[in-house]
Amino acid sequence: MDGAQLTQQIINGLTLGCLYGLIAIGYTLVYGILRLINFAHGDVLMVGCYMAWFGAVQFGLPWWAALMGSMLLTALLGVLIDQGAYRPLRRAPRISALITAIGVSFFLENLGLVVFGGRPKAFLRPEVFNHIYQWGSVRVLSLSVWTPIITGLILAGLLIIIYRTRLGMAMRALSRDLVTVRLMGIDTNRVVAATFAIGSALAAAGGVLWAMKYPQINPLMGVLPGLKAFVAAVLGGIGNVAGAMIGGLLLGLAEILLVAWLPELAGYRDALAFVLLIGILLFKPTGIIGEELPE
Amino acid sequence: MKRMMLAAACAVLCAALAAPAPAAEPVKLGVVFPMTGPAAVYGQNGVKGLKLAQQARPTVLGRPVELVVADNKSDKVEASNAVNRVIQKNRVQAILGCLTSSNSLAAAPVAEQAGVPLLSPWATNPLVTQGRKYVFRICFIDPFQGSVAAKFARANLKARTAAVMIDISQDYCVGIAGFFERAFSKLGGKIALKIHYNTGDQDFSAQLGAIAAAKPDIIYVPGYFTEDALIARQARELGLKQPLLSGDAAQAAELIKIGGPAVEGLYLTTHFDEKGVTTKSGRSFVAAYRQAYHEAPDSVSALSYDSYNALLDAMQRAKSVKGAEVAAALEQTKDFPGVTGVLTLVQHNAVKPAVILKVKDGQFTYVATVKP
Repeated sequence: MDGAQLTQQIINGLTLGCLYGLIAIGYTLVYGILRLINFAHGDVLMVGCYMAWFGAVQFGLPWWAALMGSMLLTALLGVLIDQGAYRPLRRAPRISALITAIGVSFFLENLGLVVFGGRPKAFLRPEVFNHIYQWGSVRVLSLSVWTPIITGLILAGLLIIIYRTRLGMAMRALSRDLVTVRLMGIDTNRVVAATFAIGSALAAAGGVLWAMKYPQINPLMGVLPGLKAFVAAVLGGIGNVAGAMIGGLLLGLAEILLVAWLPELAGYRDALAFVLLIGILLFKPTGIIGEELPE
Repeated sequence: MKRMMLAAACAVLCAALAAPAPAAEPVKLGVVFPMTGPAAVYGQNGVKGLKLAQQARPTVLGRPVELVVADNKSDKVEASNAVNRVIQKNRVQAILGCLTSSNSLAAAPVAEQAGVPLLSPWATNPLVTQGRKYVFRICFIDPFQGSVAAKFARANLKARTAAVMIDISQDYCVGIAGFFERAFSKLGGKIALKIHYNTGDQDFSAQLGAIAAAKPDIIYVPGYFTEDALIARQARELGLKQPLLSGDAAQAAELIKIGGPAVEGLYLTTHFDEKGVTTKSGRSFVAAYRQAYHEAPDSVSALSYDSYNALLDAMQRAKSVKGAEVAAALEQTKDFPGVTGVLTLVQHNAVKPAVILKVKDGQFTYVATVKP
């Protein structure tokens, strides 16, 4: 493998990692505040993609309008899921909420199969994202350049919300002690609903970028990115927004470079993600830059 | 009043139960197809073909035919469960399915053990029928398909080296890739690189990067259309210009919808194309299919159509719907005029010509027919 090929593979890895990271942010946000691993995140992402598909392909909206609409509708879905599935379990043991999350995931997948059908649909890639930049033999899709920019903007917006607004202050307080926050007269249900709305909108944004890169959507498409993003979130330190991004980039690079250097192991790419997960849980359960869990 | 109505209802119910069974009890055929999951497109097109076949020939031995469709969710475990279910619960006389090789391999032992004939329209892996008494197929097998692809690659595409991308979660892909490699090497070609992926993968940039480094003349990707379409797009984005060659699992309209300009020029080996039709029944099938669904029939729908008719033909010849007798009759299938060609089963497998297609201007276009 020469230098150009290695550069190309590293770019491939960073592109994939950026997408993992973006999806992992949604995971980690909900976990950081509610200590709930929302296993339905990948399926919320799938619904977001279909919303964008309906907007852009069926109703002919420009891509940014379809993206906005999809984020809005998916945020609403997140709030509904919280109201219907998680709120009744707020005081139940954490494991009950976790199992409910898995149930929600299956529910969304099967609902998707009934409503959208099992046949995959072609997603669109707008012209802006379809150029190819070329330096020597290294080629980059313009979407791959835009993805980190969009991710950075989303990350910045999120950090502003968390650290600079009253809502963010309430979220941070809530992540420490839900009961005390409620005693202080804060409407915790509203704060939790807002958290789910933001998390789901992020899933939609991540999903739309994912679907533009891999332009094919089907009701089970969320499973794999969801799992990988979960691994990325744990790798970086679950609950930590910047950690999710770092975990995502690391996972993407590791997957691509594994195949680049050892092509005969290409079939074990998914296994690598889970080996990394097991490794980090064994040796540094708080993740690469995770804080100690307050107990 | 209420009591009277209840009594009346009871009386009606009793009468219904006591009435003699209708003269012609339906012959039930289990249809265990992937209606959801990665292979959903194949299952749904297959059922379209079956519905058409049932309309054209709704009875056998004077009894109506009933199709019991069971979804195997493109999953091996679900496939064997679904076959079990249609046998135990629905009491079907025979089974059409499964479509994919992996699912058929999982389902075949169940049917074999129950002594219910299972006829696969589309599973091409040779192991599906091997050593089994009740399992048949009406398509050719992959040693043939792989060698057709290898010959085409050597003679027509003038390829000296080939990279092979193998979906290791599908028995079909692993099998056909092996047969292609053997035939390609025998013809003097060289396999530059073999590289794996899994069904459901979406990012192939790493594999394609490795292929770019190996600089083969062609890339052989005998995978499912979803992965093939994404592979084609990513290959072109990464600047790989080699011709792509695929197998029968790539023949789905979605390949072109998802792949767009990237799949232009892709070649594939398959069972059926409307332009390669030679039989009279084939021509009337194409006309009926186009009229019913406003699209061209593909291999899966045509083979499903044939499997229905071949099974009914065997029942007719056996003058029975009993498992052992139908299986014996299926084994004797000879010169049956199917829409995908004239069918003769040799050791439970059909020996038939293959068709080579090329994607051109957003359409599958007919290139050639290769006789066995």
